[in-house]
Amino acid sequence: MAAVKFEQAMARLEAIVGELEKSDLPLDESLRIFEEGIRLSKNCLKILEEAEHKVEVLVQDKNGKKRIHAYSPDDAADEPSS
Amino acid sequence: MTGLLRTSIEAQFSDIWLEGELSNLRAPGSGHVYCTLKDKASQIRAVLFRSTAVRLRFALQEGLHVIVRGRLTVYEPRGEYQIVLDTVEPKGIGALQLAFEQLKERLAMEGLFDQDRKKSIPAFPRTVGVVTSLTGAAIRDILAVLRRRWPTLHILIAPVQVQGENAGCQIAEALIALNKLGSVDVIIVGRGGGSLEDLWSFNEEIVVRAIAGSHVPVVSAVGHEIDVTLADFVADLRAPTPSAAAEAVVPVLTETVERLRELKVRLGQVMLRHCAFERQRLDAGIRGVTDVRFRLQEAAQRTDDMVDRLREMVQQLLTAWRERVHGVQRDLSGLNPILAIKQGLAIVPQFSKRLEGQMGVMLAQHRYRIHAKLAQLNTLSPLAILRRGYSILQTVPAGQILHRANDVGVGQELEAQLASGRLSCTVTQVFDDSSV
Repeated sequence: MAAVKFEQAMARLEAIVGELEKSDLPLDESLRIFEEGIRLSKNCLKILEEAEHKVEVLVQDKNGKKRIHAYSPDDAADEPSS
Repeated sequence: MTGLLRTSIEAQFSDIWLEGELSNLRAPGSGHVYCTLKDKASQIRAVLFRSTAVRLRFALQEGLHVIVRGRLTVYEPRGEYQIVLDTVEPKGIGALQLAFEQLKERLAMEGLFDQDRKKSIPAFPRTVGVVTSLTGAAIRDILAVLRRRWPTLHILIAPVQVQGENAGCQIAEALIALNKLGSVDVIIVGRGGGSLEDLWSFNEEIVVRAIAGSHVPVVSAVGHEIDVTLADFVADLRAPTPSAAAEAVVPVLTETVERLRELKVRLGQVMLRHCAFERQRLDAGIRGVTDVRFRLQEAAQRTDDMVDRLREMVQQLLTAWRERVHGVQRDLSGLNPILAIKQGLAIVPQFSKRLEGQMGVMLAQHRYRIHAKLAQLNTLSPLAILRRGYSILQTVPAGQILHRANDVGVGQELEAQLASGRLSCTVTQVFDDSSV
């Protein structure tokens, strides 16, 4: 799931920064994880930028099938007030 | 008669209230429930027909103190009168409260509320499912908070009734449907505040089980903070209100972006620092190598010097030795025996000449001296004495020269040597000097 991927990427990114700040890594290893960190941060920002706000409603049609359609305030009119 | 009694009783006690304790509870397969209602002084048989029994929200229990409403009737086959119950309410607490406690206890026994069943709420959900009514305040609050915190969030609402007869089933179905989609990261299920009756759907077993069965983490948000439902017990996270639930499921996007940027900056800075440090180490290394090269050159030079000096020393030694050898050679050649022999050979003839000369002289001297001695000897010879008339007497055969007469006896044969010839004599008489 994308959410899990993002969460893991953030966690990994934090771990990489923490590890680099300890600075007891050999240079080639730190370069390797630095590149990984840059890739991760780009991917994370991309995921955030690509996400698009949408609100949808899951409804059941007359045949009992579930359908998803965009949410509009009109939907509220169908429901009795609680 | 029973028929008459029945008509009379049913007419007279068509709507009565009684209070007592339940006992002899029986629920056979028909679904009707039979029991005895009693107090300290008396008891009465009671029957709860199936249609009424299924509407009860709580379970009838032996010894439960209840207030009932119903009508009296007579069960003709046995001739017994009994009360047919319409309503049963627990005494003291409400029926809902009792039902709540009973169900809570039962589900807790099943382990549905155990902490180790709880799933963790994802930190960054992309899609949030919301199970609530489209018309309540809850959905407005939830949407507002979600949109404010994470404007690009995907929200999927599963609209349901949140109170009334069908609400429980709808909520359960919505939870199952959102799970089936597979794209939902977390689900908020809830509604705004209301009475215990209004919130009841969230205490229904079907809802509790649907939440427990959800693979997607569920956050419950029912009523206000003081309202506690079984949905709250079983949910992976209980939010006090719908707004709080929305806050709990999504972080603030701007903060997350900020955090991400900060991480990226720190990443760059720390790498730069790392590189600078390594650069310093490299420089130090290069300096070290240069030093080593310099030292090597120096050492090479020193070695050359030493080799030169060694060579000189060896040369000197060689020269010295050569000179010594020459010296010894010279000495040796001085001592060569051939030379001595040669000299010797030159000397020998001189010596032999001198020796010969010397020998001649010596021989002449010796010859002279011998002649002299011979002349001397001649004068001393007994022959010369004999010539002067002397003779020599010798014993025969011993040849002893006689010096005294006493040395021989009478009859001794003697021989007398004369200057010319000899005489053989015999002693006839001996004359001693004393006798003369």
